[in-house]
Amino acid sequence: MRIPLSWIREYTEFPATGTADELMAELVTVGLEEEDVHATELSGPIVVGQVLEKVPESQSNGKTINWCQVRVVPEGQTQTLTGEGIDPTGVQGVVCGAHNFEVGDKVVVTLPGAVLPGDFRISARKTYGHLSAGMIASVKELGIGEDHTGILVLGTLGLDPEPGTDAMELLGLYDTAAEINVTPDRGYAFSIRGVAREYSHATGTEFTDPVSLVQLPERTTSGYPVELDDDAPIYGTPGCDSFVARTVTGIDATAPTPPWMAARLRLAGMRPISLAVDISNYVMWELGQPLHFYDADKLTGPIRVRRAVTSENGDGEKLTTLDGKERELHPEDLLITDESGPVGIAGVMGGASTEVSESTSTIVIEAAHFDPITVARSKRRHKLPSEASKRFERGVDTQLQAVAAQRAVDLLVQLAGGTDTGESTHVGEPVLPEPIAMDPSLPERITGVPYGLQQITQTLTDIGSEVREQDGALLVTPPSWRPDITIPEALVEEIARLVGYDQIPSRLPVAPAGRGLTAEQRRRRTVSSGLAGAGFTEVLNYPFYSVEANELFGRAEASTPLPLVRLANPIAAQYPTLRTTLLPGLLDAVRRNVSRGFKDLALFETGAVFLPGTQQGSAEIPGLGAYPGDAVIDGLEAGIPEQPLHVAVALAGSEAAPQLGAEGRGRDWADAVEAARSVAELLNVELTVAQGSHQAFHPGRTAQLLINGQLVGYAGQLHPKVVEDHDLPPRTSVMELNLTALLEAAPDQVTAEPISTYPPTTQDVALIVDEAVTAGDLRTALTEGAGELLESIELFDVYSGQGIGEGKKSLAFALLFRAADRTLTAEEASEARTAAVALAAERHSAVQR
Amino acid sequence: MSDQHATAPHPLDEAAIGQCVAEALAAFDSAADLEQLKAARLSHTGDKAPVVLANRQIKDLDKGQKKEAGKLLGTARGRIQKALAARAEVLEAEHAARVLVEEAVDVTAAPRRRSVGARHPLNVLQERVADVFTAMGWEIAEGPELESEWFNFDALNFDPDHPAREMQDTFYVEPRDSHLVLRTQTSPVQVRSLLTRQLPVYVLCPGKTFRTDELDATHTPVFHQFEGLAVDKGLTMADLKGTLEHFARAMFGPEVAIRLRPSYFPFTEPSAEMDVWHPQAKGGPQWVEWGGCGMVHPNVLAAAGIKDPEYTGFAFGMGVERTLMFRNGVPDMRDMIEGDIRFSQRFGQEV
Repeated sequence: MRIPLSWIREYTEFPATGTADELMAELVTVGLEEEDVHATELSGPIVVGQVLEKVPESQSNGKTINWCQVRVVPEGQTQTLTGEGIDPTGVQGVVCGAHNFEVGDKVVVTLPGAVLPGDFRISARKTYGHLSAGMIASVKELGIGEDHTGILVLGTLGLDPEPGTDAMELLGLYDTAAEINVTPDRGYAFSIRGVAREYSHATGTEFTDPVSLVQLPERTTSGYPVELDDDAPIYGTPGCDSFVARTVTGIDATAPTPPWMAARLRLAGMRPISLAVDISNYVMWELGQPLHFYDADKLTGPIRVRRAVTSENGDGEKLTTLDGKERELHPEDLLITDESGPVGIAGVMGGASTEVSESTSTIVIEAAHFDPITVARSKRRHKLPSEASKRFERGVDTQLQAVAAQRAVDLLVQLAGGTDTGESTHVGEPVLPEPIAMDPSLPERITGVPYGLQQITQTLTDIGSEVREQDGALLVTPPSWRPDITIPEALVEEIARLVGYDQIPSRLPVAPAGRGLTAEQRRRRTVSSGLAGAGFTEVLNYPFYSVEANELFGRAEASTPLPLVRLANPIAAQYPTLRTTLLPGLLDAVRRNVSRGFKDLALFETGAVFLPGTQQGSAEIPGLGAYPGDAVIDGLEAGIPEQPLHVAVALAGSEAAPQLGAEGRGRDWADAVEAARSVAELLNVELTVAQGSHQAFHPGRTAQLLINGQLVGYAGQLHPKVVEDHDLPPRTSVMELNLTALLEAAPDQVTAEPISTYPPTTQDVALIVDEAVTAGDLRTALTEGAGELLESIELFDVYSGQGIGEGKKSLAFALLFRAADRTLTAEEASEARTAAVALAAERHSAVQR
Repeated sequence: MSDQHATAPHPLDEAAIGQCVAEALAAFDSAADLEQLKAARLSHTGDKAPVVLANRQIKDLDKGQKKEAGKLLGTARGRIQKALAARAEVLEAEHAARVLVEEAVDVTAAPRRRSVGARHPLNVLQERVADVFTAMGWEIAEGPELESEWFNFDALNFDPDHPAREMQDTFYVEPRDSHLVLRTQTSPVQVRSLLTRQLPVYVLCPGKTFRTDELDATHTPVFHQFEGLAVDKGLTMADLKGTLEHFARAMFGPEVAIRLRPSYFPFTEPSAEMDVWHPQAKGGPQWVEWGGCGMVHPNVLAAAGIKDPEYTGFAFGMGVERTLMFRNGVPDMRDMIEGDIRFSQRFGQEV
């Protein structure tokens, strides 16, 4: 909301020297946040001139220019301004390319030294063989209009000022506007009236209600006939509960908008259009009541306010709105109609057929109060946000219609030469605000400030409420312009903000003893800092994926169905689904880093993935302000897709770049497997690494990761085709685990094992097995076979070829034995080793080499 | 040398034995390193050394002479061994010192042996905030990112027809009548906490939030918030202010000041914006908007089934990105989400 300073000064004591920043500094204390300052980019001298001579001169380029003598001081006086290029005689020689003026016309002259929008500096300069000392300005050059076809002849605005008059003053161009941000609860602050009132609250100075300056006639029903006929109110609230119609005849629709009004509207952010439109906007801005003007000659029969109807064959009504678009109307749309059918969507936009035009001579003014919900829905349905709908959906003062209509009548009479017929129609009975009972101790109980009863009553009266005491409670009737105040707590906010939030003391509450982080929260930190400690860099990626990315990385086989959460309004059309895997995001980050010159990468991310189940959401959801019951809550919960946390890593390049004394070791599938093992070890979870397959992975370099036989993830090298398609570094390797599954599998606490101080005995064993037998399988067999004396087992050699046999390989393990209570003898160790080999032989036909 | 001493002195020839000792001592002294000392040792204490050969001849002597010769040669051999040990100690020390010199390196040339890891500062900052509150006895609450519209809006007193519902540009899930949204705020966790926890409740909820803003220097469609909620008997705005002050000091230092300005949120009444005084701000010290707060709206308490009017509550919420931007001087929102390793690595595991 923009507030021209000259405008708010009319209704407050805001000082003549006050700046927009000073105004905003006051308003922010009562909750109207500062946004911006708007001013014209002009500086003088810019004065009224009278054209004394206009000599057309043809130029070699085919143009004709006018060499003009313009008097810029009152007749018979000399120039009092001084400066380079300013003629002391008071008559300036000016070259002008426009032709739409005559000798004797009053025009705007920008004298040397003036600055126009775009930092256009005016000076005396040689042009077309003359010294042109200034410029005769167009509205566009002055930044007050779009028309650049000709210069501004002041007579067309109905002005006949003395030459030498300050044209910026004349045209209202010294004014500045403050822009504030109005929160959605305070519709009344979308008006000069409302903001002026808030300024007086902020400063404790006088406020003159513009409503009080309007002389209202008697309420009659003799004006243009209006019927309110809403047969389908939403939530029982009639779509229109107050409608004032006034008729003004004999207007000159072509009369110019006076410069002061045009200047204020421009500063307020509205483009001046025509006098009638400008008056309706001006009244809306000033009072907060949107108006609509009809050309009376285009209306047929009485105005009826009703909902849209659907004919028996299912066709809805149609309306061509002011913007020229034909709109299909919905049965919930509230319409202004006449005998011809719809002539407007209430509070949203009028129809083209009854629009005021240059030939209009009689205007019917509509000033109505419409149901906020009805307007909000129509606005959304037709995607027609407007200054009018903005105010209606936030709630317009229900007592304002007659006043606003009268203000418009007065302006039409004054500025458009119209005649008030004296006829008015006022139908409807708006519901007045209900009194709110408030315990006088409530403000202190909520804010901690010990307000006195007098202070409470006074503050609530200041904002326009009526306050009575009844049985120890305060009965507060909020003003008609504050439909947002419906509960005692809202009254408390009014008291708190007017007295000042700075009066609220500070006290640190003592919470009951807490339990700190949950085990899961703690473990998540452990995983993240563990991975960072292991050399991985954490990144955060968006969860918005293409369907293809989800379908390639989010499932092991293309034939498995993969339900996806799809957004109705994705940020980009190519990324319409939510992630089921972290890998595509991580790989994007890999690519971005590579493009910025980093080849050696170890990235990780933890985050939620979205796995829709059979129930997608809930068709019905409960309303506001009441506990809907356990069953309903459970139903809502059931419709929310599973969102387990995942952890994933991506690896590329070398562990460290080759440097002095250190060769760069290329990262590969094993680093991905190691990352998975690290995460499991950080949480004391037993993770099984087994040969696996996944469509995005290298078929021979994929590990599936399991906890107690349950698949929880994959690790390995990406498929070379995927690497190529996704423009990734060669041998890019990745790992992804269902972190939630790991967190759940983690033991609540770790049980220590006794540390044996006896020396170990090491025994090596080399086994020949079929190629297909994995090291993991063999390790498991040896471990189980060796029994409890085995402390650790390490694979230290893999060999195939000469002497091993076709299709076979040899795996060598170092077994370390130790007993808790004695030094093992060589025999005991050998016995355990023999048992280990025996089990390996039994399970995998392993033969000792 | 061995030729020179091919013949051993007579075991009773004191002068000759003395000569052998002197020669041995001289040989040891002249040994410049452990290698030369080893040669001298072999010459003067080895099998063919004169004193050793002389010693072997003792067995051929008379009994009386044996004793004298034994004493003579024992003393001589003792002197030789002692001298050898002394010289060995000197040379070994010299050798050790020389090895250390030879092994000296340019430590500034130390190579990187493995990649450096780092946490993302947005996550570290959320953990830091969580620590401030758990230290006060608060607990950390969580909720789903893909949320039922009821928790995100209706339970928080956002009327479906009120313009406040449009303040937040929401990602909706298809079909629209599934009433699922990506949560636009961490506030739905307020209701979740009140539904699942015993009163009094003091919880903080950090997490991801989503709005349909295009990514630019100051906006991102995916961002993070932390939300605080306290519901207890007799809580007032003074408790809210005290909590925020404590929190602001923990985040920005003991000198920091905060102020509350009237504002509007559907789920708080009264509502406030909170500003924090930022002395290092670009363009001079100023108030910086940090977050929204207020007293929990009665409709929110009602939606969670809390009827006892003695219970009041306050809530507050701040943007993590915004906090990191002005606390740690991050100039551009995009730096935080592009995954450039330099951004996280600048922070290590701290913020």
